[in-house]
Amino acid sequence: MQFLTVMTLLLIFQLSGELLVLSWDLPVPGPVLGMMLMFLVLLFKHKVAHQMRPATEQLLSHLSLLFIPAGVGVMVHVVRLEQEWIAILVAIFLSTLIGLLVTAWTMQLMMKLLHSKDIK
Amino acid sequence: MQTHSAIWVYLSASPLWGLTLTLVCYLLALKIYRQANHHPLLNPVGWSILMIITVLVVGDISYPSYFSGAQFIHFLLGPVTVALAIPLFFQLEKLKKVWLPLSVALVVGMTVSGFSAYFIAQALGASEQTMLSMIPKSVTAPVAMGIAEKTGGLPTLTAVFVVMTGIFGAFIGTSLFKLFRIQDDTVKGVAMGVTAHGLGTARSFQVSPEMGAFAGLAMALAASLSAFVLPVVLSLLKSF
Repeated sequence: MQFLTVMTLLLIFQLSGELLVLSWDLPVPGPVLGMMLMFLVLLFKHKVAHQMRPATEQLLSHLSLLFIPAGVGVMVHVVRLEQEWIAILVAIFLSTLIGLLVTAWTMQLMMKLLHSKDIK
Repeated sequence: MQTHSAIWVYLSASPLWGLTLTLVCYLLALKIYRQANHHPLLNPVGWSILMIITVLVVGDISYPSYFSGAQFIHFLLGPVTVALAIPLFFQLEKLKKVWLPLSVALVVGMTVSGFSAYFIAQALGASEQTMLSMIPKSVTAPVAMGIAEKTGGLPTLTAVFVVMTGIFGAFIGTSLFKLFRIQDDTVKGVAMGVTAHGLGTARSFQVSPEMGAFAGLAMALAASLSAFVLPVVLSLLKSF
């Protein structure tokens, strides 16, 4: 599928998501609802998923680039960061460490629990 | 020939330079990162941000002026979020096998990441708005900003926290797993995706395709679930 076609499809789903969020006042961001809609459609249209794959893989391979403009926004918050930098840095570093470990441990534990149930 | 100031007046009114600056810095940082064999200290996002800020400070250029160009890149976060449906679809078979451990780990992981930050920030005397902006920090940026808007955080501040979390998660992830002897690539991928979103996923793909796929899967699922889970947990906490 042509890159332009893929982009158009993605935008149509995003727009549908945004419209649903607005008209029903949903608590989800529009693009997320768009993703869920697209996932549902793909379940019935496997061929479309295969056709979209190369172009979306290209797009997703530079996912980290898309975070840069928002990251530069740190400039705007210089005053807050100057006042609260210790709290912010410690909170982010520690919680990321805790988050990584707790997620991995929970997943490990759940897999072990379910596995031992299978044996019985 | 035009004078320098005339050229500057033209350029500063055009979104072109902000867009070009972002791409040039990213490609440069990416090149250095690849040549240094993906050394975690050379994270291309972190260094691009530093380079761009340096240019803006030296040139006395405001963030809104830069963003008028960079918004064309920022805008893509929406369609790219939608595009996560495709890798999610191709992990369907694996997803069916591990959906239960994965969903429990997902809800526990994103709640713990968000609210541990909230409480640590509170304990260290951060302002209410900073604390609230931290809750969705493990979720990919467009979704996190959407959640922040709905829970009383500051979306642009949340975006900054999201990027910091991603860079730090990508930096520490693999060595942390080694230290605690967590070896299963599925488990490691899920932890990276839930905790460090897109930047954690990018890092996971460098370790193994399986770890990357599961990180992407976990990130996409976290993106769709967090919008429901995090505001509910917050309102439960507030009712106590």
